[in-house]
Amino acid sequence: MKKTTLVTGVVLLAAMVAVSGCNKKTRKDSPTVDSESVTTAGTGTEFGPDGQPLGEWQGGAGGAAGDLLSQTRVYFEYDSSSLTAEGQAILEAHAGFLNGNSVSVILEGHADERGTREYNLALGERRAMSAADVLMALGIDSSRIETVSYGEENPVAEGHDESVWSMNRRVEIRYGN
Amino acid sequence: MLVTKSEIEMKLQSIKRIIGFVIIMLGLMNTPAQAILTIEITQGVEAGIPIAVVPFSWQGSPMADDSMADIIQADLNRSGRFESIPRQDFLAQPHDIKNVKYKDWRLLKAEALVVGQAKEIAPGKYNVQFQLVDVFKGKQLAGYRYTVNARQLRKLSHQISDIIYHKLTGEKGAFNTRIAYITREKSGSKKRFLLKVADSDGYKPRTILESPQPLMSPAWSPDASKLAYVSFEKRRSMIFIQRLNDGKREKIASFKGINSAPAFSPDGRKLAFVSSKDGNPEIYVYDLNTRAITRLTRHHGIDTEPSWMPGSSRLVFTSDRSGQPQVYQMNANGSGVARLTYDGRYNARPSVSADGKLMTMISRGNGRFHVVVMDMRTKAITKLTDTLLDESPSFAPNGRMVLYATEQQGKGVLAAVSADGKIHQTIKFLKGDVREPAWSPYLRR
Repeated sequence: MKKTTLVTGVVLLAAMVAVSGCNKKTRKDSPTVDSESVTTAGTGTEFGPDGQPLGEWQGGAGGAAGDLLSQTRVYFEYDSSSLTAEGQAILEAHAGFLNGNSVSVILEGHADERGTREYNLALGERRAMSAADVLMALGIDSSRIETVSYGEENPVAEGHDESVWSMNRRVEIRYGN
Repeated sequence: MLVTKSEIEMKLQSIKRIIGFVIIMLGLMNTPAQAILTIEITQGVEAGIPIAVVPFSWQGSPMADDSMADIIQADLNRSGRFESIPRQDFLAQPHDIKNVKYKDWRLLKAEALVVGQAKEIAPGKYNVQFQLVDVFKGKQLAGYRYTVNARQLRKLSHQISDIIYHKLTGEKGAFNTRIAYITREKSGSKKRFLLKVADSDGYKPRTILESPQPLMSPAWSPDASKLAYVSFEKRRSMIFIQRLNDGKREKIASFKGINSAPAFSPDGRKLAFVSSKDGNPEIYVYDLNTRAITRLTRHHGIDTEPSWMPGSSRLVFTSDRSGQPQVYQMNANGSGVARLTYDGRYNARPSVSADGKLMTMISRGNGRFHVVVMDMRTKAITKLTDTLLDESPSFAPNGRMVLYATEQQGKGVLAAVSADGKIHQTIKFLKGDVREPAWSPYLRR
């Protein structure tokens, strides 16, 4: 299971400041780093514990910071709602946050553009549900979790190849009140 | 902000008064009318009935864009059942059967000839006459006279195409019908989604609903007076039914979880839809009179994309209960579930022709999602398209063509293919990403 991501000090610091700031005062949107500001502020390249570049997460939004809590997107394989090891770890981190903060969470499921739209809407929901299952298994009450599916209707990336599709097959973790 | 058609029309009326002047200015500048779409026949066979459509004689102000003969000829060509003879080859241009010299047309090997005339009898009001002629027998097959307003000339052209199609093929034409579809327009980071209705050839599009959040799954009522659709305007999927004449709409399903895939029963009494209110996506039926909801499927897999069979007593649907999406059928009370598809690992979004003989759906093969038809009796499957990302196929009401959405040069376009796979065409709109077309039933005259 690869999950320790080493990043440059600048990025890590930015992430820590942002996360701790959120822990003190609950923000309306999300207790995480704004992934865009991190990727633009940081000049570091990502690499794993073995020193090799992290192919899977490279360029993927939310992947720049080492802290799992800063990652608000969980990705899936094609036509699958099974969590990857990374996805599981990210959700565990968010469960930890939810256990210490009385906020609610919205899990928004998405699919890539392949296949039919209505089936993909169902698939997006199934992904959101499997993310919800992890949070509930870790003690988060179901009343604090809302699942919603957008199917393939709200892609984060536009295009028609696997690099784009893999970014769109996701669950977004958003915080409410 | 959500705008319904009636609101748009009210706004338009007030805006029209102000911009009337601007339109006149543009008219004086004599800019050619900008085409909003292009129709390309990308692949076809020349084995249709040779037909000559002579431009109608015209007294009065000309039509805004195409002439009636242009529209009729384009309709007939798109059907794949006709081969129109190029106008530059015509030896004469008669407008009445009285003036037809049959040898002129036999020489061109025309089997059928269309002649007509239009006369503006009052401002914006026309008398139109057309005749369909059998060139070899030298006799009239059909002849009609109409009095219409200028804005009905395009619709009348499609009606005439339907008559010609019927007389020469023995089958009902489907030119005077409509299509509904969704477009997504982007400017910068702003997106807007539009539910539109246009003529069957893509012309005369009008916006039914506009929303900054996704719109999905338009479905026609059997009398073509209403559309059901899914809107994310409240940040989650909900089902609405909207009347086309006044834009009035009603929320039908907004349960917890997803609300999706509405489908009117052919008898107009029920709306099948998908909801995950009981834990996972299941198919339900909403009775449009009593508002009672009946659950049809009971399975932990995904059950979605219901589509009615003619007679309203059975439905087909997509389910992944076998491990991958496949098409099943069941009775309208949910009993008698039977799997219909076994070829390949992805068969979804079935839609059955009005006569119940054919079913179209999306199948995956070699990583591509294409349109296929299945013969409901023999279960034989014919692949109609070979593009990468085809979706949302639906039959013309006469079962002769399948309309679907595909992707070309990174943009969503509408395409149609004859049910035998021989004629392919695309409809490219200049604006927006177009998706999810649905062909209307026959219109009530």
